[in-house]
This record gives sequence, structure tokens and C-alpha cells, in this order.
Amino acid sequence: MAVLRRDLTLAWRQRGDMVLPVLYALIVTSLFPFALGPEDALLRRIAGGVVLVTMLLAMLLALDAMFRSDIEDGSLEQLMLAPQPLALMLGMKILAHWLATAVPLIVIAPLLAGMLHLPSPVIPVLLLALLLATPLLSLVGGVLVALTAGTRRSGMLLALMLLPLCVPVVIFAAGALAAAQEGLPWIAPIAWLGAALVMAVVLAPLACAAALRIALDS
Amino acid sequence: MANWIPLWLHKLSSPPVFYGFAGKLRPWAIALALILGVAALYGGLVLAPPDYQQGDDYRIIFIHVPCAWMSLFIYGVMGIAAFIALVWRIKLAEVVAMASAPIGASFTFITLVTGSLWGERMWGTWWTWDARLTSELVLLFLYLGVIGLYHSFEDRRQGARTAAFLALIGIVNVPIVHFSVNWWNTLHQGSTIRLLGPSSIAPSMIWPLLTMMAATKCYYVASLFGRTRTDLLALESGKDWVRHIAENEVAR
Repeated sequence: MAVLRRDLTLAWRQRGDMVLPVLYALIVTSLFPFALGPEDALLRRIAGGVVLVTMLLAMLLALDAMFRSDIEDGSLEQLMLAPQPLALMLGMKILAHWLATAVPLIVIAPLLAGMLHLPSPVIPVLLLALLLATPLLSLVGGVLVALTAGTRRSGMLLALMLLPLCVPVVIFAAGALAAAQEGLPWIAPIAWLGAALVMAVVLAPLACAAALRIALDS
Repeated sequence: MANWIPLWLHKLSSPPVFYGFAGKLRPWAIALALILGVAALYGGLVLAPPDYQQGDDYRIIFIHVPCAWMSLFIYGVMGIAAFIALVWRIKLAEVVAMASAPIGASFTFITLVTGSLWGERMWGTWWTWDARLTSELVLLFLYLGVIGLYHSFEDRRQGARTAAFLALIGIVNVPIVHFSVNWWNTLHQGSTIRLLGPSSIAPSMIWPLLTMMAATKCYYVASLFGRTRTDLLALESGKDWVRHIAENEVAR
């Protein structure tokens, strides 16, 4: 819990960094109408997918920084030596990271969806899908960030590694949105996302701890 | 009793022993791969009759299908080696896992290229977002991720262990991706060859296919041993047995 509070405090002191992913998502989303033309029907059809992918990219942008400052000032090594289970503390760190980056993105998601004329009945489904998909990405991303912890340049590598892992997440989230947009039942893909999230909550912190021990073991 | 097998396996995991063993086996594997490959190509391209629906275009499967099998098989080998490397910390397993990655990536790439050549004739398009194609592409990205992660570390062993962990994550991921994209979109034909029960393919077509599969396996063994040998030399440089080899090379 102390780790969670410390990380949240740090994030709050650096509010500027929290705004950046949100700005990024805003800019990317507003570029789509320029590129594809401002027709309502087209935008309405692609809105769900665009918002989803934009969120994913914005999170990827922020992911890189998850453990960086802690590695630089050595506090991550202190955590590894601490008597408390490392997985639990890393789980708290991932939670703090999710609260600091994904929650602002989710808050702004209805605005982005509105900019692209996503029908308003679909917006709750979008929020639900994001609420399940973003922690999943944070958890999986946390494991990958831990793997690259020992390297110097990791930005592009992280994208390459995350892409295969986020394919199922995107498919299920987009599937739910598409179903909701056509008025079909959308609960099944959402349930899959939820199941994956439950599994990731249990397994990802353990994998993250194992990965960190390997990557920083020297 | 028969405990010489585990004993021999234990011995084999020591780099100098494996170096000699791989050096002895490698020429045989290359020769076998060449012979089987030529035989399979002759059988597939000349002897096998044209397909009643696809004409001569189907012949690309004699390359495509064995490569697709190999792309998955090598990932399996890499995953097992990665698991052994992480659990028992055997140096040889790390080297084998990392040497497998580029070979597997090339087989995956060949599968994608031949598949899209075939798709151009049969489906009228080079690429389609079909389930199997997409999973193969994701597999290629997994391979590239493993290779990239391995090379981004300065310390080779640490890089190998980290990349091995990524390979293990990928093993969990592959079935999930396969299932989810299947649910998403499917166009690729189902498999026609089954281990159990009758296969829905003519015998004159199946034997070149199986021979080619054996040839790719032999090629993999040869290539893997070659890579492993050089990697072992680089990793163990400065050790006594490497110095002996180097001195003998100079003396000859």
C-alpha cells in the first residue's frame, strides 16, 4: 500500500506527464477526420476502433516510463531486496501506473468518441470495454517493461513485443463495440475480456517479478 | 542398467561435448536434408498429378506446408529450451533457444511469402486478414521480439535468459491469438492431413509433402548445430577447450 501511495504521489507531483498521453490521444483522434474525410457515416463506422487503437498507442507511449525513474535512482533494487513479496509490490506499482495514465484516458474517451460521432448508446459499452482492456494492457505491458528493464533503448522494442500480446485484447474489445453498434448482444466478448483480466491480475505480477529478477540479475 | 542415457544427456549439456557431437552430426544432417529435399521437390513438382481444382498452382504447398509446420515446431523447441534454460540454468539450452529464433523467423517468413503467392492465384489477393494468416504474422512478430530483446542486452547470457522468458510468454499467447482470430474471421482451408484417421489427400501428393517435412527438419538440425557451435565458441572464448581448438586451427 505504501508503494501505491508513493507512486501516486510521485505521479501527482508530475501532473504534466499525466496530461501528455491524453493530449496525444486527442491529437491522434482529431487527425483521423482530416485523413479520411469528415463524412458522418464513415466516421461513425470507424469511431469505436479508432478510439480503441488510440488509447492503446497512448498507453504504449506511457508504458516505457513505468519503472524507469525507479531503475535510475535505484529504488527498484531496494524493492527487490525488501522482505515483502515483490509480486505484490509490483502489482501495486502497475495499479498506480494504471490510475495515473489509463484513468485520464478513459475519462476523455467519451469526448473522443463524440468527436467521431459514435452513437451515444454505444458509449457505455466503450467505457466498459476500456475499463477492462486498459488494466489488461497495463499488466501485460508491465511484464514486458520489466523484461526490457536492463536495456538502454527500449521504446520500439516494447512496441514490437506488445503487439502480439494485445491482438486478442483489441479483437475482443472491438468485437464488443461492433456488436453494440449493430444492436446485437455484446456481453460475450466483454466477458472474455473480464476473464482475461482476472487471469492477468493473478499471473502478471508474478511474471513481472520473475522477469525483473532475470533482467536485473547481473 | 540403462542409466547411460541420462548420463549421456547430462554430458551432452556441457559445451565442449556438445560442440564435438554437433560437429560430427552436422554434415550428415546437411546431406540428408539435401537428398530428401531434392527427392521431395522431384516428387512434388514432377511426379505428383495436378490438382483437379487448383491445377498446378497447388504445388506451392510442398514448400508452404512444411515451412508452416516448421515455424510452429521451432517455436515449440525454442519454448522447451527456454523453459530448461530458466529452470535449470543450463547454458546450452539458452544458446539453443536463441539460435532457434532466427531459423524459426525465416521459416515463418517463407510461409507468409509462399502463402501470399498462392493466395494471389487462388483467392485473387496477396493478403487477407484471415485467422491463420494473422496468427502466422503474429508468430513472426513474436520471433522478431525475441531476437530484438536478445540483441538489446550487452551481456549475452542475460539477454538469452530475458528473451527466453519472452518466448515462454509467447507460448501462452499463441493459442490465445489463434483462438481469438479464429473467432474473428476465417477463410483459410482447414487441415487435410490428420495423424489419426484417413487424410483427405492423395498418396501421390502426400509422400513428397512428408519427405519435404523430413528435409526441413534435417535442415533445421544442421542450421541449429552450426549456429550453436559458433555461439558456444563466442560465449566460451577464453576457456581451455576453446583455446585448444583455436591452437589446433593455427597449427594445421
